[in-house]
Amino acid sequence: MSIAIKKSIRVLKNLMLEEGVYDLWLEADDMVADARPGQFVSLYCNDGGRLLPRPISICEIDRDKSSIRLVYRVLGKGTEEFSRLKTGDLIDCIGPLGRGFTLEGSKALLIGGGIGIPPLLELAKQLSCEKDIVLGYRDLTFLENDFKKYGNVYISTEDGSIGTKGNVIDAIKANNLTADIIYACGPTPMLKGVKEYAEVNHIKAQLSLEERMACGIGACLACVCQSTEVDHHTNVHNKRICKEGPVFYADEIVL
Amino acid sequence: MNDMNMKVNIAGVSFKNPITTASGTFGSGMEYSDYVDLNRLGAVTTKGVSLVPWPGNPTPRVAETYGGMLNAIGLQNPGVDVFIKRDLPFLKSFDTRIIVNVVGKTEEEYCEVTERLSACDVDMLEINISCPNVKEGGIAFGQDPRRVEAITSQVKKYAKKPIIIKLSPNVTDIAETAKAAEAGGADAISLINTLTGMKIDIERRTFLLANKVGGLSGPAIKPIAVRMIYQAANAVTIPIIGMGGVMDGEDALELIMAGATMVAVGTANFINPRATEEVIDGIEAYMLRNNISDINDLIGCVSGG
Repeated sequence: MSIAIKKSIRVLKNLMLEEGVYDLWLEADDMVADARPGQFVSLYCNDGGRLLPRPISICEIDRDKSSIRLVYRVLGKGTEEFSRLKTGDLIDCIGPLGRGFTLEGSKALLIGGGIGIPPLLELAKQLSCEKDIVLGYRDLTFLENDFKKYGNVYISTEDGSIGTKGNVIDAIKANNLTADIIYACGPTPMLKGVKEYAEVNHIKAQLSLEERMACGIGACLACVCQSTEVDHHTNVHNKRICKEGPVFYADEIVL
Repeated sequence: MNDMNMKVNIAGVSFKNPITTASGTFGSGMEYSDYVDLNRLGAVTTKGVSLVPWPGNPTPRVAETYGGMLNAIGLQNPGVDVFIKRDLPFLKSFDTRIIVNVVGKTEEEYCEVTERLSACDVDMLEINISCPNVKEGGIAFGQDPRRVEAITSQVKKYAKKPIIIKLSPNVTDIAETAKAAEAGGADAISLINTLTGMKIDIERRTFLLANKVGGLSGPAIKPIAVRMIYQAANAVTIPIIGMGGVMDGEDALELIMAGATMVAVGTANFINPRATEEVIDGIEAYMLRNNISDINDLIGCVSGG
């Protein structure tokens, strides 16, 4: 795999999907060859005062058109700046970074919560096995139609306006979903719930974690999570989310 | 370019150029070896090494601020044994000097790590008495000139390599702590470490960093670094390694002209993994443009003014 270097790449499209959620396609030439589902890219702001790259997970990889899709939520001034990007604009980027999902199993359960949903799309596309896909939202939904091509989609909303009322675990139970592999990405409380569910039901699980990062390449030690074993690199009970992750097996980490 | 001299000398150690890395921003060099030709650097300064492995602080450990960033990593490191066994041999395979940053919770720990590393093939030791993110050690030693002098002379007894005392900018008078390090027998000083800062998440109405307080670095602090290097250079005769917000060659030249013999690139590595090499290129381009044949002619060149 070639080394990800910082370069300027072109915006192909940047549209609002839902209030505060944006759909960005980038021209990614050499990036697409190496990119795997679950990996992320670091996007830089044009405003030089906002120094640090924003790590954003890869939602889709289009090898034919040499482009990648990122779906992100505006959460601060950096992502707000991204939301104003127009077709043809250039943006500095490093990627793909991190360890993505490992494709395995014969019956998969994909579980996404909120802005943790996008990275599961490329995974759903690449997984050839039988798939159930559970998507949890607060209220407004996005991307659910993109998933329907790749598996059975079940939705949970906190207010019950669409699908099961409650969270993703409620939707799994309500629909009696079973699997031999779980893939999940979402907020930490959701991942905790999924981890517990997977342990109780003896299902292998891959979880994609999130943390504030600085470098994104494994040097600054900002984005660590607690590990069950002493990590080979850090020599303490810490793993780097940007390097050994963001995807970990549930039994590798403590949430 | 061949007749241009970039070599500098600190405490009898010669460096091929004045650029090194700021401790904690470059791992042990290994993390950047895919991005940077380590052979090009004057030296690699490693992340702080302690006697036993340190797990560091809870997350979130970083927060961006305009023109800078706060960090409270808490000196997570694999400990001196792993450093000597794994990281040092890796660094030795490159043609660059090695400066190892030393941390401890007590004076004894600083001395023990210093003693262990003195027995290894390293070029210099940088004693970190200025980390703002650990409860014990670190900055506690670096803010009182009497303690600076005491720990310097204590560590010096165990050091078979030249030592650099890394100073905190979180003091009223940097000249005083610089003089204290010199009086304690430091072979060089480095400054500035980060400035203590805080960021509040107004939506959650709480501190953004789990540690509440973090160290501010990045271009926002460069003017403070320039001022403090200038003041320290006028207070001591030992050489200075300057750091603080260097993003490019021109920034590095400011620190050199203020009185730094070497300059460390820190936060810039997080923003551009190739920053160190680009800083060297920038200095060379400046020298060529201005017909300067020896970098040493620029060190502290504003001091007389």
